[in-house]
Amino acid sequence: MDSDLSPQDKKDLDKFIKFFALKTVQVIVQARLGEKICTRSSSSPTGSDWFNLAIKDIPEVTHEAKKALAGQLPGIGRSMCVEISLKTSEGDSMELETWCLEMNEKCDKDIKVSYTVYNRLSLLLKSLLAITRVTPAYKLSRKQGHDYVILYRIYFGEVQLTGLGEGFQTVRVGVVGTPVGTITLSCAYRTNLAFMSTRQFERTAPIMGIIIDHFVERPFGNMGHMHPCNYRAPAEEEGGYTGVEDSQEVCTTSFSTSPPSQCVSALSTAHLKSLKPAVMDTLKVPVMSLGFSHQPPVLVGAADFCHPSTLNAANPHQMGIPGKEGGVPQQVPVQPCHAAQAEHARASSCLPNDHVPAVPSGSGEDAEASSRSTDGKSVSPRDVMETTFTRKVGAFVNKPGTQVTTASLDLPFAAFAPRAYDIEENDPMVQPPESPATSSPLQGSLHSQGSGESGVPAQDDFVMVDFKPAFSKDDLLPMDLGTFYREFQNPPQLASLTIDVSSQSMAEDLDSLPEKLAVYEKNIDEFDAFVDTLQ
Amino acid sequence: MNCRSEVLEVSVEGRQVDEAMLALVHTILLHRSTGKFHYKKEGTYSIGTVGTQDIDCDFIDFSFVRVSSDELDRVIRKAVGEFKDAMGNGTDGMGQISLEFYQKKKSRWPFSDECIPWEVWSIKVNVVNLANEQERQICREKVGEKLGEKVINIVEVINRHEYLPKMPTQSEVDNVFDTSLKDVQPYLYKITFQITDTLGTSVSTTMRRLIKDTLAL
Repeated sequence: MDSDLSPQDKKDLDKFIKFFALKTVQVIVQARLGEKICTRSSSSPTGSDWFNLAIKDIPEVTHEAKKALAGQLPGIGRSMCVEISLKTSEGDSMELETWCLEMNEKCDKDIKVSYTVYNRLSLLLKSLLAITRVTPAYKLSRKQGHDYVILYRIYFGEVQLTGLGEGFQTVRVGVVGTPVGTITLSCAYRTNLAFMSTRQFERTAPIMGIIIDHFVERPFGNMGHMHPCNYRAPAEEEGGYTGVEDSQEVCTTSFSTSPPSQCVSALSTAHLKSLKPAVMDTLKVPVMSLGFSHQPPVLVGAADFCHPSTLNAANPHQMGIPGKEGGVPQQVPVQPCHAAQAEHARASSCLPNDHVPAVPSGSGEDAEASSRSTDGKSVSPRDVMETTFTRKVGAFVNKPGTQVTTASLDLPFAAFAPRAYDIEENDPMVQPPESPATSSPLQGSLHSQGSGESGVPAQDDFVMVDFKPAFSKDDLLPMDLGTFYREFQNPPQLASLTIDVSSQSMAEDLDSLPEKLAVYEKNIDEFDAFVDTLQ
Repeated sequence: MNCRSEVLEVSVEGRQVDEAMLALVHTILLHRSTGKFHYKKEGTYSIGTVGTQDIDCDFIDFSFVRVSSDELDRVIRKAVGEFKDAMGNGTDGMGQISLEFYQKKKSRWPFSDECIPWEVWSIKVNVVNLANEQERQICREKVGEKLGEKVINIVEVINRHEYLPKMPTQSEVDNVFDTSLKDVQPYLYKITFQITDTLGTSVSTTMRRLIKDTLAL
């Protein structure tokens, strides 16, 4: 089979497949960032836009993809998969879809590599762009943020679809025949998005219904490899093609108008070498700041992608415009899913170099970005130690015995203030490691959705709240609203409305009427006098 | 060579017509546009880069991707706007937009160039009127799902990799591509439409257009 392919063609084909795989991953992850993507058309080819499409390269994503591929190429029996899942703030997660780039044995020997295969791969990428907006996960990803985040995981090898639940659908994006096999790109997506929570104490409204199959054992439990679909602007030094040697190759940009058999492709490892490779180090961040990237996708994504980016290798800085980072009111701390965070942090402490958050840590010129990214770095040890966390409980829940200290505060909503210290500590997005955690009751209440917990011992599963309605202070009655309500819920019947069982029956009433009439007639004068007084 | 013909049908509410048509036409054009060609000596050429843009619909629960080209967007919006106007406002009706990709074949004088279509997409639209807000809300979602299915259909057809015009030489490029835009280069296309009023009789406004196009040199 290979003997039919010239060495140059084979080399080109391998390169095309490799970059196609990388671009596929970029398109999929970017489509799940939660924001609208916008890249600019350019009439002059820059030489760095593979497949003649302006698809930005998020360095972490490229890094993850390359790590998953580990030097291999998608081939027969070796598929590259991108798994997209959703993780709620309570720690429940659910696989939403799996995108598979596969190859089968059906070869198209006559096809021209540098010309037809390249153009068809370009078409396939466009189709991928279109289809990624059509699957159900797109809408979910656009709404991610406070309640849930979207994560991605790249793996290589056998396709695993068991996590998608029953009745998942498959959509085929397209196929491209090559002399070594047919590349197929497809997506299997979950259709059953209703899920059922088995937690009875969960009082807050579930985000999307109820969780069903959450507790199914994951066959390949690589939860630790999940990454948030969330992107920060790379710091200035990082550039767009950080430390990845072969991304410095320029893609085919020249074509021949002569018959396809005489294709000329110009490949050169040109100008990208000028980029600083130094940033390699920054990717080795040992943190699994599993996102609770409550990081509203507003974050860099929007600023980034809507800014016309030319993918000009010489100016990688155009990608990073963290202008919108400040947009969110002080990073309302993420839902106290510290359970998950602690769990993953623990995982990461065992595998310090395996996980890369989507946060490019590095000394960026942008203080905010860098503070957040260094958050990423330092959160791990803290998370490992910080195993206490609080679960959300609904407001209006009766609290048994143990009183709550802050509940006695006169502040409205004071009772709802969670132990903000905890929240602040654990949230890498909020606190840069240098500054101490500041707790603010209002801040806590903003995120807690009315669930309170204050000063509760960490070992309790439940956090009970003594219900204190805002602005109510009871001087008159030594009881709270709940008690009051219960007491007066069933007031006694009015005496006049009670029907005495021993009273006379209807028939007896009728019998007594004549006697009553006789009495009234006797007193008729009195009645007349009374009526006169009324006039 | 036979012209490939594909039909897509959607039912929408009056105010959704624009967006539904834009979504489908842009999706097709995304696949049928390349970067600008730059011819060099020795018969080689290089291709510019096509950017993409996410567009959210206001009246439909749907988002689609289009080519980042304001010029192209303007042309398409104008055509879709004319279609919408021809469909009328507030009345039920049916109409059809045709997006036709063609190649020009030069003829000797005095005959004008021949336009040979190689792919025609017909998008049939059925406009319904809804009574209340609840129905409209349901319609938003349903039409969004339907458009999603249509996008999948479009992608399926395109990925069959059937006939595409050969890449032209510099002298022939205008016979295959629309080179009038600054930033992208779609295949030569034309948009026409037909309205069927509620009585079922067909009122064709395309004839005028077609005649105009044929006569234009």
